[in-house]
Amino acid sequence: MAMTIHIDIVSAEAEVFSGTATMVFAPAEMGELGILPRHTPLLTRLVPGEVRVQRDDGREESFYVSGGILEVQPHVVTVLSDTAQRAEDLDEAVAMAARERAEKALSDAHSAMDQAQAQAQLAQAVAQLRVLERLRKRRR
Amino acid sequence: MAGAKEIRTKIKSIANTRKITKAMEMVAASKMRKAQERMQSSRPYADRIRRVVTHLAYAHTEYVHPYLVQREARRVGLILVSTDRGLCGGLNVNLFKAVLGRMQEWQQAGLEVDLAVFGSKGSQFFRRLSGNLVAQATHLGDAPGVHELIGTVKTMLDAYQEGRLDRLYLGYNRFVNTMTQRPSIERLLPVATEASEEERKILAHHWDYLYEPDSRPVIDALLTRYIESLVYQGVVENVACEMAARMVAMKSASDNAASLIDELQLAYNKARQAAITQEISEIVGGAAAV
Repeated sequence: MAMTIHIDIVSAEAEVFSGTATMVFAPAEMGELGILPRHTPLLTRLVPGEVRVQRDDGREESFYVSGGILEVQPHVVTVLSDTAQRAEDLDEAVAMAARERAEKALSDAHSAMDQAQAQAQLAQAVAQLRVLERLRKRRR
Repeated sequence: MAGAKEIRTKIKSIANTRKITKAMEMVAASKMRKAQERMQSSRPYADRIRRVVTHLAYAHTEYVHPYLVQREARRVGLILVSTDRGLCGGLNVNLFKAVLGRMQEWQQAGLEVDLAVFGSKGSQFFRRLSGNLVAQATHLGDAPGVHELIGTVKTMLDAYQEGRLDRLYLGYNRFVNTMTQRPSIERLLPVATEASEEERKILAHHWDYLYEPDSRPVIDALLTRYIESLVYQGVVENVACEMAARMVAMKSASDNAASLIDELQLAYNKARQAAITQEISEIVGGAAAV
């Protein structure tokens, strides 16, 4: 039997996923990480993007996270995200609208504070769309 | 007949009050259900982040965060969670009593106390007592978001980091069940977490994390989030307590109103009967005189 690692994905509002996996991919600040069982302890921040979980039965599950913190212990991975959703639950229309709103806010932004906020929102919307895109490709 | 009329007005006014308390009871009951759901759904995050911080406390990190270091206590910070509105029985008063008791202990030990308060009841109470109020946030509503709490929490965290505070506590009402809410005061800083026996064995050896990009920002972010999530959990739990306490208080108010109405109704009937009897005897007396 393949070695597995336990993974918990929680958001501030709910527990999104808890189960075992053979490999986990996460969007860390310095680039995407692939985590196998018995990984050395690791702590990093996450950026908006996709967390992919390869289940032991070969299926792959995909989640969108808006950022947060990732902790890796040899047998446990914990994703503490601000908001997390199953990729299938993402709404493309909502994400598109959010991107447009963020782009508009970015062009109208006067203070650095506004601009930073708009940029963060834009990054989240773009990440959502990218997750959806990839999901669609895999389905085909 | 004057006595009977007075009693009747009184009954009417009590019946109106009962209508109000009844309505408040039902509103509180439905809000309590929602508050309880929120409380439950924020629990997994709090549990997981506590586990991660426990791991961190056992790691031999190159950068030792001030939140993890025990300092000699000179000044204590307390974040107090209270309600915005009253009519919720002894909920706030019980908590304030517990907090005052603890503050007295600290003051006897020569420690000064800084307060940060959520909810207008708490800020009114401690302002009157001329407590050392450094931050407050009121009118958070029934579904407070994390971002509404951050400002107040940050004031205390900054004070801790600059060394103006050496301990940080959180005082709130713990939701046991609908009938019982227990005031509790927990230590937030320095971080106090205990790993279970078997976890301790695994974590006992000398190890450290890999950090991306660097240990400092990651640990800072994690611990700040940890404190925020604990405070958020406390606030959400306090809202559930408020609703439960209000529901119970309003229920007993409605019950009292009902028994009061029963008593008054009896008195009214008696007064009415007495008046009628008197009238009849007067008529009979008058007829006999003719």
